[in-house]
Amino acid sequence: MEDLNNGLGADNQHEPKENPRRDFLKKSSLLTAVALTPGVAVKAAESHLDEKVAAAFEKMPVNITVNGAAHKLSIEPRVTLLDLLREQLHLTGTKKGCDYGQCGACTVHVNGQRVNSCLTLAITVDGKKVTTIEGLAKGEELHPMQEAFIKHDGFQCGYCTPGQIMSAVACIREGHAGSEAEIREYMSGNICRCGAYPNIVNAIQEVKNGGQQV
Amino acid sequence: MKQFQYIRPATQQSVLDAIAKPGVKILAGGSNLIDLMKRGVTSPDKLVDIQKLPLHGISQNLGNVRTVSVGALELNSAVAEHKIIKEEFPLLSMALNAGASPQLRNMATVGGNMMQRTRCTYFYDTTMPCNKREPNSGCGAMEGINRMHAIFGTSDKCIAVHPSDMCVALAALDATVEVKSKKGTRYIPFTEFHKLPGDTPQLDNTLAKSELITRVIIPNNHFAKNSYYLKVRDRASYAFALISVAAALHIEGGTIKDARLAMGGVAHKPWRLTAAEQFLKGKPGTAANFEQAAQLAMQGAKSYGHNDFKLKMAPASIVEALSKAAGLV
Ligand SMILES: Cc1cc2nc3c(=O)[nH]c(=O)nc-3n(C[C@H](O)[C@H](O)[C@H](O)COP(=O)(O)OP(=O)(O)OC[C@H]3O[C@@H](n4cnc5c(N)ncnc54)[C@H](O)[C@@H]3O)c2cc1C
Ligand code: SF4
Ligand code: FES
Ligand code: FES
Repeated sequence: MEDLNNGLGADNQHEPKENPRRDFLKKSSLLTAVALTPGVAVKAAESHLDEKVAAAFEKMPVNITVNGAAHKLSIEPRVTLLDLLREQLHLTGTKKGCDYGQCGACTVHVNGQRVNSCLTLAITVDGKKVTTIEGLAKGEELHPMQEAFIKHDGFQCGYCTPGQIMSAVACIREGHAGSEAEIREYMSGNICRCGAYPNIVNAIQEVKNGGQQV
Repeated sequence: MKQFQYIRPATQQSVLDAIAKPGVKILAGGSNLIDLMKRGVTSPDKLVDIQKLPLHGISQNLGNVRTVSVGALELNSAVAEHKIIKEEFPLLSMALNAGASPQLRNMATVGGNMMQRTRCTYFYDTTMPCNKREPNSGCGAMEGINRMHAIFGTSDKCIAVHPSDMCVALAALDATVEVKSKKGTRYIPFTEFHKLPGDTPQLDNTLAKSELITRVIIPNNHFAKNSYYLKVRDRASYAFALISVAAALHIEGGTIKDARLAMGGVAHKPWRLTAAEQFLKGKPGTAANFEQAAQLAMQGAKSYGHNDFKLKMAPASIVEALSKAAGLV
């Protein structure tokens, strides 16, 4: 209960302030719902979300681990993982390109698998581990793929780059970086307006051939 | 996106109870549904996330009739990479890998792929008329830009195509769809799962709203050695098909014992080429026979202007897919 309220506080803080009345209404109805909801239902909400819980909550509790940090949050079901990361957790490394699954700029790893965060509802990531571009480096030490992108000029404007790098790491982990043709095919979900493709392929090949741990 | 309620039931019974009600939609990977909801093409009041149901996994049934069963929630990427699928049903593996992007295939499920809506741009644009989105509002594509549209089985209401690659392979492989509702279990031959537009283009298929796809069953076959999925599109990857062809041959001693052919990008459903299949049976797999089969397959084709090119591209694609499947090229 207490954790849930904490989660609420954390996210409401970052909501746009244009409509304080609406915010207030939302918050108060939500708090009433929380207050009126027996602890059992909150528990139920955290394990599986059933009809009763859906009816009682405008926002729903989720537990998501992002780059190793556990977050207890309360979100509207319509919030995408991309918007959660950018707007609520302020992890703006993940980019919004098309917002419709067509460009790959929003690529992140969920439980180790690359997905488009713009078409993923945040609520479906409940209990899962998310890795974003911010989670690749170890402190000051860049990830080998980040190093390789710099070395090979794998970007110009850089907008697509976080998505490219998340995809590139997955591409090697999946075992799909065997040849230039295979890399191109398995990187096709990431569009680069600047056309940095040849350099991106070079960067991936170097990391693959270097045999470094990705 | 309009607000909606979200539930994630842990049992099939609760899912079946929930989907029987109006305004409710099943959510699987979300890669099509969330896209359509963002654009306001569909606005359900409630989403029933089925990811907790045990509809995962690929298993072999080694009884009298050998089959492979693929769960409705199995990911497109996982099916494409699965050992049994790669070795025994390479056509399906190829078709899946030709679809969408690696990221999207990590989200897309088998059931969701079957149920994905058309990519007709007028269907997506809520300011345009579209009989599929809004019955009796008209069809923007008929006299509009219809480059991607159908050449077989169209009606005066709708000329959209079904966009799936996976479904073209499953239609060719004579798969069966298992669906469940409160009334029990039903089995639908894959070729009868999707329908032609006719007077009801708003309906893509024969699944009732109260039904849940649980798995797809594929019978064993002798096509593994001579299968090919050809996809022709505007760029080398990550684009929907202009035309696709699933070709599966059982060749023994140079003679075609059995053939399966289906096309994508040409109709409101995966388009089986049964006349061409019949023609090929018992004949040697030569370029001349493939040409003739392709001509047979084109009977009844009709184009709408921007997609006239498909009348030439389709037979050429059939010949190429057959030639690749037979190892001629
Ligand atoms: C940019 C882009 C490019 C793409 N390119 C291709 C391509 O080249 N080839 C291709 O084939 N596909 C392509 N796709 C489509 C993709 O394959 C589909 O979005 C995906 O297969 C849908 O699966 P899902 O699990 O995400 O479905 P969802 O989006 O979750 O659901 C889709 C529909 O299926 C229903 N549904 C889901 N599961 C069930 C079930 N078990 N029983 C009953 N109903 C169910 C849902 O209610 C919904 O109406 C592309 C998509 C995008 C965004
Ligand atoms: S072709 Fe079908 S989907 Fe496209 S606008 Fe016409 S009715 Fe709508
Ligand atoms: S922003 Fe998600 S794919 Fe473009
Ligand atoms: S570097 Fe500019 S879009 Fe890729």
